[in-house]
Amino acid sequence: MKQLLLRSWKWLAALALVWAIQATIIGDLDPYVFTILMYAGINVILAVSLNLVNGFTGQFSMGHAGFMSVGGYVAAFVTLKLSETNPELLQGAMGSLIFAGVMLLAGTVAALAGFLVGLPSLRLKGDYLAIVTLGFGEIIRVVILNVDAIGGARGLPGIPALASFGWVFSLAVVTTYSVWRLVNSAPGREFLAVREDEIAAEAMGVNTTRAKVRAFVIGAFFAGIAGALFAHYLRYLNPQTFDFNRSFEVIIMVVLGGMGSVTGSVVAALFLTFIREALRYLKDSGITTLDFRMIIYSLMLIVLMLTRPNGLFGTRELRDLLPSGRGKRSGKGASQPQGVLR
Amino acid sequence: MIEFLQHTVNGISVGSTYALIALGYTMVFGILQLINFAHGEVFMLGAFIGMYSAKHFGFGDQPSIGALLLTLLIAMVGCAIMGFLIERLAYRPLRKSPRINVLITAVGVSLFLQFAGQLGFGSDPKFFPQVFQPAGDWSIGELRFNPLQVIVFAISLVLMLVLQTIIFKTRLGRAMRAVSFNHDLASLMGIPTNSIISSTFMLGSSLAGAAGVLVGLIYPKIEPLMGTMPGLKAFVAAVLGGIGNVTGAVVGAITLGLAESYVVAYYAPTFRDALAFVILILILLFKPTGLFGIRRSEKV
Amino acid sequence: MSMSSKKLSFLFLALTLASVGCTQKQAADAPAASDVIKVGEVGSMTGTEGTFGVSTHNGIELAIKQINAKGGVKGKKLELISMDDQGKPEEAATAVTKLITQNKVAAILGEVASSRSMAMAPIAQQYQIPMISPSSTNPKVTELGDYIFRVCFIDPFQGTVMAKFAAENLKLKKVAILRDVKNDYSVGLADYFAKKFKEMGGTIVADQAYSSGDTDFKTQLTNIKGKGPEALMVPGYYTEVGLIARQAREAGITVPLLGGDGWDSPKLAEIGGKSVEGSYFSNHYSQEDQSAVVQTFVTEYKKAYNAVPDGLAAMGYDAALVLADAMNRAPDLNSASVRTAIAQTVNFPGVTGTITINSERNAVKPAVVLVVENGQYKYRTTITP
Repeated sequence: MKQLLLRSWKWLAALALVWAIQATIIGDLDPYVFTILMYAGINVILAVSLNLVNGFTGQFSMGHAGFMSVGGYVAAFVTLKLSETNPELLQGAMGSLIFAGVMLLAGTVAALAGFLVGLPSLRLKGDYLAIVTLGFGEIIRVVILNVDAIGGARGLPGIPALASFGWVFSLAVVTTYSVWRLVNSAPGREFLAVREDEIAAEAMGVNTTRAKVRAFVIGAFFAGIAGALFAHYLRYLNPQTFDFNRSFEVIIMVVLGGMGSVTGSVVAALFLTFIREALRYLKDSGITTLDFRMIIYSLMLIVLMLTRPNGLFGTRELRDLLPSGRGKRSGKGASQPQGVLR
Repeated sequence: MIEFLQHTVNGISVGSTYALIALGYTMVFGILQLINFAHGEVFMLGAFIGMYSAKHFGFGDQPSIGALLLTLLIAMVGCAIMGFLIERLAYRPLRKSPRINVLITAVGVSLFLQFAGQLGFGSDPKFFPQVFQPAGDWSIGELRFNPLQVIVFAISLVLMLVLQTIIFKTRLGRAMRAVSFNHDLASLMGIPTNSIISSTFMLGSSLAGAAGVLVGLIYPKIEPLMGTMPGLKAFVAAVLGGIGNVTGAVVGAITLGLAESYVVAYYAPTFRDALAFVILILILLFKPTGLFGIRRSEKV
Repeated sequence: MSMSSKKLSFLFLALTLASVGCTQKQAADAPAASDVIKVGEVGSMTGTEGTFGVSTHNGIELAIKQINAKGGVKGKKLELISMDDQGKPEEAATAVTKLITQNKVAAILGEVASSRSMAMAPIAQQYQIPMISPSSTNPKVTELGDYIFRVCFIDPFQGTVMAKFAAENLKLKKVAILRDVKNDYSVGLADYFAKKFKEMGGTIVADQAYSSGDTDFKTQLTNIKGKGPEALMVPGYYTEVGLIARQAREAGITVPLLGGDGWDSPKLAEIGGKSVEGSYFSNHYSQEDQSAVVQTFVTEYKKAYNAVPDGLAAMGYDAALVLADAMNRAPDLNSASVRTAIAQTVNFPGVTGTITINSERNAVKPAVVLVVENGQYKYRTTITP
């Protein structure tokens, strides 16, 4: 335990920094910049957790928004009920505690959904996961539309504003840390083995189905938490928010940053969230009235795959970019860039 | 009872539109083992090419069988060219890449066509000119048929037989089967794999183009996003029938159409789109090879 | 990996930091001089509901031009700042935050769809900036705060309009409903229609559903046909109604269709063709209305945009006019004073009827019923609350 603490001091420092910012300067920040920052944090959670599935395990999930909506709706349903019956519970420290519990619940339910979806499709080889996750997004929307208790097509307004800067960014740090630790652990190596060569991995005694389902369930768990944060920041949920375009935005973050680089996902998530606002500026200043963003994204996906399939970071991390960290890479044969081994 | 029969007729007619799309899907998958996500968008382009050419030639004012055939021909040629370009520019450079890269590219192409379509054609729905209007209503007693849908059903059966003949009776078909079995071995045998794959793409895409025109004729509201759902459902139909199998695609599509019709009629209409995916999950759980599929062992 | 790829990664990191810096800098832009009043607009200019946003925007723009031509408000020109939300609630929320905190707008106009308005309303309320939605008909929207208004009628009223019309004008007893469950507007309208129609002694013989985006409705229509209704209520958007009408005729349903303001587009008659002839729908205004307000609006709009204004354009136009009127009446341009002035709007002569804002901050005004004749939407009657 002590060793773990020692090894993770940088991450603890990051957490401390987040709460220090929350306690001091966050109130002075321009609300618009603050809004973008919050979405950036949520996108970091989504991108890093999707990278676990699409990048590190080499599967292709297109339903991250679906798991996000599961988490968002579960969390919002609970806090809305609470705010109707005992609003005083959601104040102060008690509120934070409850919100933490609610997020845990949201993540767990999303993970459960991930298990149900993942098991049948991940048992097989091939690209069925892509279609099944796409379908899952549709199924979950149909379910939400048919449940009147969570607003149906009307949406769910009046969700209490519980997601603070501190929460969003601590969870971004926790997600990044968890994924980082995981891929550098023995079970995490199984994910990489599955990505590199499923048959060889199986021959080495890796239970490939278990590894794939595990990665997928963990990814869904964090997507659920991101959904809970999103719901309690926007204070309104609507099934159409979680359409395929939402999943697509997360996919492009993962691909651009590099499938298999945690650093890449974090940077790409921040970059794309901010560039989105820059494009808004282009449009609002009357330079163009057309919405080129999605066209650029989809072209980027194709061009990246054709010219630079490893994304911008490949499988490198921050420490590989810093001069002092270079030597540490030597033992990391398993995370060679994709495509070289095949 | 009469309602049940009518639901069955409706189901078959919806299923046959899926079948038209599924045929192309299953051919492309059969040869490349690639889920060509863009297939639904090629179908959409077929509808738009058909609409613009029909408008250009003024077919909407003088509906005739000739107008229909000409519109079909233009859309099929246009889509074949699109299919060729997509394969040449986006898929061929990735032939040796990991599967996931090709899959991502396919998703990228599909989305690119969707968004480019929204910019180019506008995102509001367009009216598809009625280039062909068979006379009168067809009905047997209380049972009603849309003549167009009967025609589409017949066309999908004919196409199925034609494709079956191409695949199993011609040189091209033999080459296709060889490529599908093993690219490298096929090229060692002197088969020009790249041009065979190109022809398969063009054949599959022209089928999607034809489907676009026919669906536009039956449901005369076309829009840039119209290909997504039918494309996915056609894929499910192809998996249901056993992916890579032409007969299976048609049988799977009709089965899906019937299942949807009964679910809408007797259970809940909202589950129509979800049903396809529930079927897909069930098939993957219990019979991943589909109804007509053959199990292939994994090669190392 | 090569050195150049590493440089690229660095460049990318730098770019990210730069873009963060950019947004910060943008934030620091000083507020403009005070000889203009800034009005923010949020709408879906792109995306699948792009046409709704564009119509509304045109209406608002026309109104602002006319107000400025007449000398503006309190001697100041109005400046419209429009933002696109691509039809997404979270984008609408970001856009409204930007408008209020960076552009320092005095008031917000928008959104068309209730789902986006509900994401925007808590923010406008938080900063106490008056927000007028042109056409969000869900009752919940204005319940979100006392700074939130609308200039359209709400779903409960529109539902009852068609129920009254069906029961009293058409003397119908048996009506079937085909609703779009993916669309809150359609569900609301269908519910209120059913409630009122039953109160008036009618029966709902079938209540079937579809999802927007569907193209085949024959199964539902087959079920409906078996129940023998005298009319079919389809409170959806024109995008599907045209196809539904066609397939209803194919299935052998010959009775008229009824609907709401979601039908209001020339596309309906184009896609539906002969099948929608003789069908009725409720709307905010009729362009045939001979009153001077309406005719000036229609002429000016046609001149400016070369298109016939639909209901949404008229609502956008009215929203901007109601705002300008309130600003003129308010003692000063303080947002609290403007809010109070909007709340006190009484008998304002708008294109979409005489508008009075009630205590729930909703507009109280009549609806018109139009009938489709030869591909045109003809005025049939006016129904008052």
